[in-house]
Amino acid sequence: MTMDIGYVRTDFVPAKPAPGRTGGPILWAQKNLFSTPTNALFTVFGILFLLWAVPPLYNFIIGHAVMPGGTVEECRAEGAGACWAYIYARFNFFIYGFYPIEEYWRPNIVFVMLAALIIPLLMPTAPFKRTNALLFFVVFPVVSFYLLSGGVFGMRYVPTEQWGGLMVTLIISLVGIICSIPLGILLALGRQSKLPIIKTLCVLFIELWRAVPLITVLFMASIMLPLFMPAGTTVDKLLRALVGVTLFSSAYLAETVRGGLQALPRGQFEAGASLGLGYWKRTYFIILPQALKHVIPGIVNNFIALFKDTSLVSIVGIFDLLNTVQSASSDIEWASPTQAVTGYVFAASMFWMFCFAMSRYSLWMEHRLDTGHKR
Amino acid sequence: MQKTLVTIAVAASLGLGATATHAATLDDVKAKDYVQCGVTGGVPGFSAPDANNVWAGLEVDFCRAVASAVFNDAEKVRYTPLTSQERFAALSAGEIDILSRTTTWTMSRDTDLGISFVGTMYYDGQGFMVRKADGIASALDLSGAAICIESGTTTELNAADYFAANNLEFNTVVFVDQDEVVKAYEDGRCDVYTTDGSALAAERSKLAVPDDHLILPEIISKEPLGPVVRQGDDQWFKINRWVYFALLEAEELGVTQANVDEMLGSDNPAIKRLLGVEGDFGTPLGLTKDWAYHIIKLVGNYGESFERNVGVATPIGLERGLNALWTDGGLQYAAPIR
Repeated sequence: MTMDIGYVRTDFVPAKPAPGRTGGPILWAQKNLFSTPTNALFTVFGILFLLWAVPPLYNFIIGHAVMPGGTVEECRAEGAGACWAYIYARFNFFIYGFYPIEEYWRPNIVFVMLAALIIPLLMPTAPFKRTNALLFFVVFPVVSFYLLSGGVFGMRYVPTEQWGGLMVTLIISLVGIICSIPLGILLALGRQSKLPIIKTLCVLFIELWRAVPLITVLFMASIMLPLFMPAGTTVDKLLRALVGVTLFSSAYLAETVRGGLQALPRGQFEAGASLGLGYWKRTYFIILPQALKHVIPGIVNNFIALFKDTSLVSIVGIFDLLNTVQSASSDIEWASPTQAVTGYVFAASMFWMFCFAMSRYSLWMEHRLDTGHKR
Repeated sequence: MQKTLVTIAVAASLGLGATATHAATLDDVKAKDYVQCGVTGGVPGFSAPDANNVWAGLEVDFCRAVASAVFNDAEKVRYTPLTSQERFAALSAGEIDILSRTTTWTMSRDTDLGISFVGTMYYDGQGFMVRKADGIASALDLSGAAICIESGTTTELNAADYFAANNLEFNTVVFVDQDEVVKAYEDGRCDVYTTDGSALAAERSKLAVPDDHLILPEIISKEPLGPVVRQGDDQWFKINRWVYFALLEAEELGVTQANVDEMLGSDNPAIKRLLGVEGDFGTPLGLTKDWAYHIIKLVGNYGESFERNVGVATPIGLERGLNALWTDGGLQYAAPIR
């Protein structure tokens, strides 16, 4: 028996044209670059701008540049690009400043120690955190100080005037960052304190340092301070800058941390108190972990600013990275039209490298610590 | 403004008498076993780090000469790079023993700041640079020409004075920064670039084709550059002054770094006195009798230092000009050692 199965098609459905593309570069471009006339206009201008800007930039930095090993005559030639040969030739000066050449192994050991200690410290999964932190915050500064300045174990004494370059930039920013964290937190807590003297002192300190430009602080420290000190006593110039930068940065940090403290609901303080925790335990176990987490972007922002601000020490005659670059740009042996520009490009890229690394690390840390507060 | 502030601060501290009484710099220097020398942050030929990152230059050589005289060791010098604002305060505060930092000797500085100028290491003066293609041969042809100039400097004032005095039309293109000035001149935004003669020569060597540019013969200002010491320590001042004279005297007598040992046997009484073979001129200064011998042996005479650092054989390529000895028609003249 055959049933009428009229609802079953007996013929094939004719093939339809393929559906419109939902992917591919052309559609992507249509959707993202030319979706509206305004967007199309911006795209065209953007492309024109790139065509205008990129080739000369490429030619300057790579195409027509004089690579390491080149001579000053090539750099002086008409139309020569960046003079990397000059950066290569003076590279040691940019890294170590006036540090005696035969003693370079000392800063080198410090650089290696720094890398060996700071990388595991920054990796949450690395073991031996406590030992690592102890080594980094206590042993490392002492060892590197004696290594760099010498005068012990038969090592030649190298006064701080001879320190320079990237070495000094890193010293100032590391000391500034590490010392300003505890100071800043204490100041922030002090400002919220109920004890009037502590509170007033903290407010005065913070407002004073925030109200003066860093240049003024450094200028005061290097020019005025010696005039007020008794004759014959001199405080090391680098130390003065270190203290100035640290105090300045701690005042800013204090306000950032205070922002985090204020973001915490009052209940957190009270809950801590109701558990019978004293002020310090409450602060250490309950308040700070939450408050600091809130303000990681702000704190890192401070650190990046501090890192870049270290270049201001050049106005008091300390040879940081930027100042060595500036000073070498008057080096007559490498005198060429692009000498100064190349130096600045180099300095900028060094600064960028460090600042970008810091900002990436903080972003990663934020995500790691993100325990349900993200909006 | 900054300068005024510093001046006030220096004056105030002097008034208080808090810091100005470094009576015996020589004793301090001997005790710490080095001379602390204030230098520039890098002016080629005068004081700048060389290829081995060691300070070198005409003014650095002066500090080395003082160290040679005091310690018989030209390396016993430490350098403090100073900005132009800091320099006098650093000297007054005793942070440095000698300021040898392209400092122009002027009356107000000499009398107001509690410092004393030792002598003139380099007679500088403001000059003009033009493109050879423009066919300008004298500063008097510059009427109406666009002049690139750094604002707020004595350079600007000197040029204005000169143009007014010679009835020339003064037409400036002003910038805040020295590098911008040079760049503008390079790019052809102005016809003339003016600054101190020594800097002019250094900047010219950095241009793409230095030979296309001409430094005009006119020098329109006096910029005697010299080392400076604190006022009130006559012994230290005199050591510095006589180190300077010894550098000149050695050149005048033909005593060089190379022949100084032979010269010990010279019959010339002036050379004998200079090198301490005859008489003892060092002890009254608190030095040894062969103080000048050490200077010449370790640093050389003035002419040698000049040729080594800024002379025609160097990329800076300065002629002796005013800085030749008085016997060669220049201004460098030393009081006799006798």
